[in-house]
Amino acid sequence: MTLIILSPFDLALAAILVLLLAGVSWRLHLGVERRLLIAAARSTIQLVLVGLILKILFAQTSLPLIALMALVMLAVAGYEVMQRQTRRYRGVWGYGIGTLSMFLSAFTVTLLALTVIIGVEPWYQPQYLIPLLGMLLGNTMSGIAIALDSLTRQAWDARGVIEARLLAGQTWDQAITSVRRDALRSGLIPIINAMATAGLVSLPGMMTGQILAGSPPMEAAKYQLLIMFLIASGTGLGSMAAVWIGSRRLFDERQRLRLDRLAAANQSA
Amino acid sequence: MAALRLDRLHSRLLEPLDLLIEAGALLFLSGASGSGKSQLLRAIADLDPHTGEVWLGDTPRSRMPPALWRRRVGLLPAETCWWAEEVGAHLPLMEHASQHPLSLGSNTRASPPAGQPIGRVLKHLAAFTRRSRPRQSATGTAHEPEPASATPSQIIDWLARIGFEPDVLGWSIARLSSGERQRLALVRLLAQMPTALLLDEPTANLDPGNGARVESLVTHYRQQQQVAILWVSHDPLQRARLGGRALAIRNARLEPVA
Repeated sequence: MTLIILSPFDLALAAILVLLLAGVSWRLHLGVERRLLIAAARSTIQLVLVGLILKILFAQTSLPLIALMALVMLAVAGYEVMQRQTRRYRGVWGYGIGTLSMFLSAFTVTLLALTVIIGVEPWYQPQYLIPLLGMLLGNTMSGIAIALDSLTRQAWDARGVIEARLLAGQTWDQAITSVRRDALRSGLIPIINAMATAGLVSLPGMMTGQILAGSPPMEAAKYQLLIMFLIASGTGLGSMAAVWIGSRRLFDERQRLRLDRLAAANQSA
Repeated sequence: MAALRLDRLHSRLLEPLDLLIEAGALLFLSGASGSGKSQLLRAIADLDPHTGEVWLGDTPRSRMPPALWRRRVGLLPAETCWWAEEVGAHLPLMEHASQHPLSLGSNTRASPPAGQPIGRVLKHLAAFTRRSRPRQSATGTAHEPEPASATPSQIIDWLARIGFEPDVLGWSIARLSSGERQRLALVRLLAQMPTALLLDEPTANLDPGNGARVESLVTHYRQQQQVAILWVSHDPLQRARLGGRALAIRNARLEPVA
């Protein structure tokens, strides 16, 4: 079985379906046709561009170019985490906590996978590095965004309880311990659920892609397992880092709860 | 036994202020709502950022770990919050119990599963009081890593003074009325054996009978431990009953009440 090359005409046929959906939306006054078309156009441009860039990257296998690409991916993911926060940390922390945690988790896990597990030569071979890093960044991004959002929101709501615990002579980490535990749990639940139902309802995206591209199903399943384990550990590591740094930032050197370090609620998140 | 002294303490809404409350002395503070009374208490307990220093006896606050400071200079906020499900879990009673898993474990297993919290609690208490009693009170040195907590029998005595049987320790927080919470919060605070007390309207939501009980418990603790007390109160009769100095906030300053 070989890969059947898709022609622009094939894609145009699929695009017509989206146009039809937009037409229905307009007709039924759903009001999403504009956003739908813009999103479809964006994904077309972004994916074609990424395809072109990867083509160049794969042809060159140049470490500086790959590092630049990885940094751009990290920067965008960091921005996305910040966007999803109801109450952001003021200053550089709003962007920094999520980005640093993702850097710590996604990059180390990817590196570990490339060098120790898969054993790619050279380790930065873009065909492996970019998709792996992308999967890890995308998933740790959701986990960290959820965990941080839950941390700041709950700390805001539980102000009285946290301060009561401080007044009872507890240290900052004792006072926020239950909030922290909940935040970490909510960050990890999506990936745990994804692992628990993997393959039962739908085939995970990567496995689907490999099978469509002609890989034997067992090989595709093994790669998918590898990715899931990497994602789970990366998300766990990243959420822990984010919740730890984030909760520390909620207290100052005299262990006062400093909710003034959070910005006002952001309604769009 | 230590005086509480504010040294150019600059809390929100108030001018920087100096204030001395001797060990065992009682100082009443009043002022319109929003004038900064609670902010002042929060600043002394080091809950909000501010400038200035506070001394407890010879020890400056900046030389004490924050957790130890807040244990020593106990703040009773106007609104009380609870973090565990049962009343008893907030008191050092349970810490003692966890250090002695034998007594706790055997008692919980021996007691009926539900509906009999009184029996369970009393059995716990019997086990506690049989133990050799820990140090009776906190001494004023800052070098002590963990200040002594109240003993279970002291806590039971305090509970009785504000009108609770020991079985209240097994009650769920959700079941308590706001007045009950307010009274129990005082016992929770005393159980950490503070050397100074900051009370933010501790009798505001109480009926006269319970208000009098709270007043007498605070007086009892003050006389027994010689603690300095800063008491926010709007009730001139309460001030007259308990004696002590009285100051009021006017124009962001503390002024004597005529």
